[in-house]
Amino acid sequence: MIGGLFIYNHKGEVLISRVYRDDIGRNAVDAFRVNVIHARQQVRSPVNNIARTSFFHVKRSNIWLAAVTKQNVNAAMVFEFLYKMCDVMTAYFGKISEENIKNNFVLIYELLDEILDFGYPQNSETGALKTFITQQGIKSAHHTKEEQSQITSQVTGQIGWRREGIKYRRNELFLDVLESVNLLMSPQGQVLSAHVSGRVVMKSYLSGMPECKFGMNDKIVIDKQGKGGGTDEAGKSTGKQSIAIDDCTFHQCVRLSKFDSERSISFIPPDGEYELMRYRTTKDIILPFRVIPLVREVGRTKLEVKVVIKSNFKPSLLAQKIEVRIPTPLNTSGVQVICMKGKAKYKASENAIVWKIKRMAGMKESQISAEIELLPTNDKKKWARPPISMNFEVPFAPSGLKVRYLKVFEPKLNYSDHDVIKWVRYIGRSGIYETRC
Amino acid sequence: MPQANENRHIGSKMTDSKYFTTTKKGEIFELKAELNSDKKEKKKEAVKKVIASMTVGKDVSALFPDVVNCMQTDNLELKKLVYLYLMNYAKSQPDMAIMAVNTFVKDCEDPNPLIRALAVRTMGCIRVDKITEYLCEPLRKCLKDEDPYVRKTAAVCVAKLHDINAQLVEDQGFLDTLKDLISDSNPMVVANAVAALSEIAESHPNSNLLDLNPQSINKLLTALNECTEWGQIFILDCLANYTPRDDRESQSICERVTPRLSHANSAVVLSAVKVLMKFMEMLPKDLDYYGTLLKKLAPPLVTLLSAEPELQYVALRNINLIVQKRPEILKHEMKVFFVKYNDPIYVKLEKLDIMIRLASQANIAQVLAELKEYATEVDVDFVRKAVRAIGRCAIKVEQSAERCVSTLLDLIQTKVNYVVQEAIVVIKDIFRKYPNKYESVIATLCENLDSLDEPEARAAMIWIVGEYAERIDNADELLESFLEGFHDESTQVQLQLLTAIVKLFLKKPTETQELVQQVLSLATQDSDNPDLRDRGYIYWRLLSTDPVAAKEVVLAEKPLISEETDLIEPTLLEELICHIGTLASVYHKPPSAFVEGSRGVQHRRLPARAGSGESSESPDVGQPVGAVPDTPPAVIPSQGDLLGDLLNLDLAPPTSSAPTVTPSMQMGAMDLLGGGLDSLMGDESETPHVPSRMETQSPQSPSECSHPELGGDIAGSPAMGAGLASAPVVMPASLGAPVSSGLDDLFDLGGGVGMPTGAFVVPKTIWLPAMKAKGLEISGTFARRAGVIQMELSLTNKAMSVMTDFAIQFNRNSFGLAPAGPLQVLTPLSPNQTTEISLPLSNVGPVMKMEPLNNLQVAVKNNIDVFYFSCQYPISILFVEEGKMERQVFLATWKDIPNDNETQYQIKDCHLNSDAATTRLQSSNIFTIAKRTVEGQDMLYQSIKLTNGIWVLVELRVQTGSPNYMLSVKCRAPEVAQLVYQCYEMVLKN
Repeated sequence: MIGGLFIYNHKGEVLISRVYRDDIGRNAVDAFRVNVIHARQQVRSPVNNIARTSFFHVKRSNIWLAAVTKQNVNAAMVFEFLYKMCDVMTAYFGKISEENIKNNFVLIYELLDEILDFGYPQNSETGALKTFITQQGIKSAHHTKEEQSQITSQVTGQIGWRREGIKYRRNELFLDVLESVNLLMSPQGQVLSAHVSGRVVMKSYLSGMPECKFGMNDKIVIDKQGKGGGTDEAGKSTGKQSIAIDDCTFHQCVRLSKFDSERSISFIPPDGEYELMRYRTTKDIILPFRVIPLVREVGRTKLEVKVVIKSNFKPSLLAQKIEVRIPTPLNTSGVQVICMKGKAKYKASENAIVWKIKRMAGMKESQISAEIELLPTNDKKKWARPPISMNFEVPFAPSGLKVRYLKVFEPKLNYSDHDVIKWVRYIGRSGIYETRC
Repeated sequence: MPQANENRHIGSKMTDSKYFTTTKKGEIFELKAELNSDKKEKKKEAVKKVIASMTVGKDVSALFPDVVNCMQTDNLELKKLVYLYLMNYAKSQPDMAIMAVNTFVKDCEDPNPLIRALAVRTMGCIRVDKITEYLCEPLRKCLKDEDPYVRKTAAVCVAKLHDINAQLVEDQGFLDTLKDLISDSNPMVVANAVAALSEIAESHPNSNLLDLNPQSINKLLTALNECTEWGQIFILDCLANYTPRDDRESQSICERVTPRLSHANSAVVLSAVKVLMKFMEMLPKDLDYYGTLLKKLAPPLVTLLSAEPELQYVALRNINLIVQKRPEILKHEMKVFFVKYNDPIYVKLEKLDIMIRLASQANIAQVLAELKEYATEVDVDFVRKAVRAIGRCAIKVEQSAERCVSTLLDLIQTKVNYVVQEAIVVIKDIFRKYPNKYESVIATLCENLDSLDEPEARAAMIWIVGEYAERIDNADELLESFLEGFHDESTQVQLQLLTAIVKLFLKKPTETQELVQQVLSLATQDSDNPDLRDRGYIYWRLLSTDPVAAKEVVLAEKPLISEETDLIEPTLLEELICHIGTLASVYHKPPSAFVEGSRGVQHRRLPARAGSGESSESPDVGQPVGAVPDTPPAVIPSQGDLLGDLLNLDLAPPTSSAPTVTPSMQMGAMDLLGGGLDSLMGDESETPHVPSRMETQSPQSPSECSHPELGGDIAGSPAMGAGLASAPVVMPASLGAPVSSGLDDLFDLGGGVGMPTGAFVVPKTIWLPAMKAKGLEISGTFARRAGVIQMELSLTNKAMSVMTDFAIQFNRNSFGLAPAGPLQVLTPLSPNQTTEISLPLSNVGPVMKMEPLNNLQVAVKNNIDVFYFSCQYPISILFVEEGKMERQVFLATWKDIPNDNETQYQIKDCHLNSDAATTRLQSSNIFTIAKRTVEGQDMLYQSIKLTNGIWVLVELRVQTGSPNYMLSVKCRAPEVAQLVYQCYEMVLKN
């Protein structure tokens, strides 16, 4: 198990050091600093074995978090824990920065004592933690006996992510379907790989311990229902709108065995915002934009670049925050750009032409052309030609996912599914959306 | 509202960071005053300062009593800080730490469960023996506490206590209480109890602590659905250690574990994959469920690749294992392993590895297009690997070879130095795989000769020139150009150059005689490298005695290399599959390779397939049925045996990960001891571990040289340069001497067996268990038969593939023991086969004093790997036949040796009379020179001579009627006395 956990600033000064196991000595703190943070050559792995001690690290802005062990630990668990640790800290005091860590070091030690015992991760749901680890430092007398046992049963309970007795005057929930669409396209317009990784984020403000059921146009479910309904026609018509989900993962509140057997998504949600599920699709993806590049080398000191982008969705919808990034060679001396729409600028520090368009409707086309002057170099090595990348945001789900329902049952309290105000929003964003040129 | 939160927070807490900045003089003194202040707030501030100082590594242990005084408080935050301090310093101040005990005991009774848990959690972290005793009672109560939060904390505390004092935990019966907690109603208590028990069980490999049976498994599976993500990991990791009784149980567990594949936590997913991969072994392949399961595994594995990069890395390392074990799972998922432009380099490199593993005829076009793309990237390591990958594709998928070669040629045209070098290295392998097909590109390769500056690339190029010398008009010029800086080249290049020129000579003898003489004399006369010299001599001799035979040997047809070159050896792969998700799977090493102590030494095995369920308990599980892919992939006969070495197979096979292969790996049998023994020798030996042959054969010390005649003759022979004819005269004679490592010895090995002389031989013991040697088990003993020291070995193949190419080497040892010939395993050793070998040993090897004196470190190599072990030989094998000393000499010597060197021992319970003892000892070359009887006591005077000329004188007193002998040993080297005594014990009692 985890033997120790250290947090360093960018200079390698230790901000937090908590040792859980006897086999980890103080010198481990220095070993990581010398061999990883101050290493002459940047380390090429997030796991490093130094003097028979293994170090796992992640970096958040310029803060290093390192977990140390001498045993054959579950490596995936260690990283999951480090991410979780970051989430917990962020939930408590915002951005992970040197200043915030120094300001909250007592709190961090308290958290580390609670969520890691002898190197074994314990309940690390912020919802639960916040009930008894507070920034003020509660006095034991302040809790009544009932409160105390409520805390402990929640921390250890089956529903560790939600406390009892939550009350809202208005029962409301928000569902955000957030997708990031990833594309790698060849210069000739052939799709080399494309997938959507999506998340369903839920903000729930519901009283009591509500039992929820979430439904979407999952092909497997729809097909099953189509068969059950008996009419082939119905099956076909709904089948068109359904999507094939390659794989999905769920927040720990979802009953996985039920999903496995019935493919129904049922759960008691945590209070507030959390990620209900993640999913991935690869079939029938709507690619919101197509990028058509044309790069021509004119002699050794000039490049001509022309890039056309085409929007590929309903004309009534508007894409926003469009940004096309066209890489330029390192020896670029000057760039002239002409674009029909939006603004384009050559950014020497980023070695790229950045073309920004605020809004663009569906089924439209726009174009940019640039002349790039190059300095002659002796460098034999060819320019690597990084791909042209794109950023955008569209108000639909490129995977085609649709939320069919989210039913809420709370038998103990007097509100029904109809009383809950529900909001659904779809946002499709570009992930790594690249076209080779 | 995180923004608002943050602001408010900074407003109120801004002050905390100031604790990090105080570095005044007299700080400790000031803190002391503040800690003893009456004001609570001031006290708390002071403790915070202390903790901040502790964090940055300042020693604040002097404040121990003052901080502990703050412990009695109802402020939980302050209490936690004091506890934190205690955990850090209690060990250095054990006596004062006792002061804290009362508070702990009291806190364990507190009505607030949070405080009770805090107390028991902290107490377990205080590693002071005196305190642990006080801990037992509170811990016992807490294990049965009504509050689950306290119970789950107490469960972990048992593991803590066990780490401090295992005996105490057993004596107090905590293990049973912990086992009871597995049936607890609270899932988190169950999870922590499982975690604690698993950890404790690891240090008791043979105990049945976890006692997994269908009932307890059922409990675990129920808890699995209810506990936290971390708890699920503990339970799944524990489940993976269970071996189901039959395929039905296995299937039902799999069915209940598969839902975990949809968990958001990647570690839960990987641990579930581990359980499934393991239990799947037991399912019959024709079962429908088996196919379903295979299909279910792919999507979650792919999903892991959208996790954060660090987790992607862990996942990719594991996928690498999974695709080797079960290629069918991911065979259609090639695209997800395509490298993204902004993947971190560690993700890129791993993806590339998997791409090659998944490459097949169906997807090769896509893969090649990608690889070509990668070869133009910026990162040097990545580009190199991509180029190498192209070569591996060519070797793996025959249909693509032509395209790969043309892609490589395109890359060579880029003239980017490292790209060219990598390309040449892989093209060499392509030539090996497809002879007489792509040689037309040689001209292009030769153009780049000058730009090669890396040994591996130079060696590859030289190999190509030598191999195809007849097609390259100016081969002699090319090779000659390398010869100029011969001594500055690395060994790899030197060896290759030597071989290449010999090949050239055999192909074009007329023009190249001068060249070959030049290289032979460079290799034999001016080089300090024994491998190079040996090879030089052998070529020389071959060429001069029988050029036709030389041609047959040197230009012999080489075995083709086959596709997969860097597959993990099957037994290791199986073990790693059992460790999916853990560090072992990330390092691709068994836990014993990086974990100290008893933990992780346990080797895990995959269960056997249904129907042979019981065999998993039997000791020879070396070959679980169906554990290997249906056709075991042929592995390159990578480093050949001694002869193979001469056949110039020593170029490294295409390796994936290490573009620069360490030279010691490539020299086949010669260098078994290259460095592997370091680990065997441990830290205590300070001497540098020079490969043994270096010392003996170094020309500067001809007296120690293993073939002195040879050294002398060559050095002094003026005829040397005159022509090849001069060599044969000298060499057969010198090699014929009873000296190790000559070629002649190859042929007179079988003769050493038999001729028992009655000397006692210890029964064979296992020296190298199969687990440590990838399936090779070695047991053996030593004997002295007819004046020859024999190492009698039994080699058993417990792996699943055939073993070949055995070789053996000893490290330097106290008496210069060395194999007198190569290890002759006549036929390849097939699975489950045992072969008995008698290896004659000589005593003219290099000498280094060992501890214990009779310790022998041995390296054995086969086609799979090199293994190291050490064993101890009875000193009696060193007793020579001519060990009988003249009486007079004995007397004089006895007097001459100072009395300090005399050691006395008692041999108990020996019922032989003095005559019987004499005969028995004589058969072990312990000679009785005289016998005297004084007052019913027989005094035997005996002499022994060791192979290295040391005399040992012994006086053995046998009292009639008493089973106890008195032994006095006198020797100029008193270190051997103990061993001589052991030898007497052994001979007299058996």
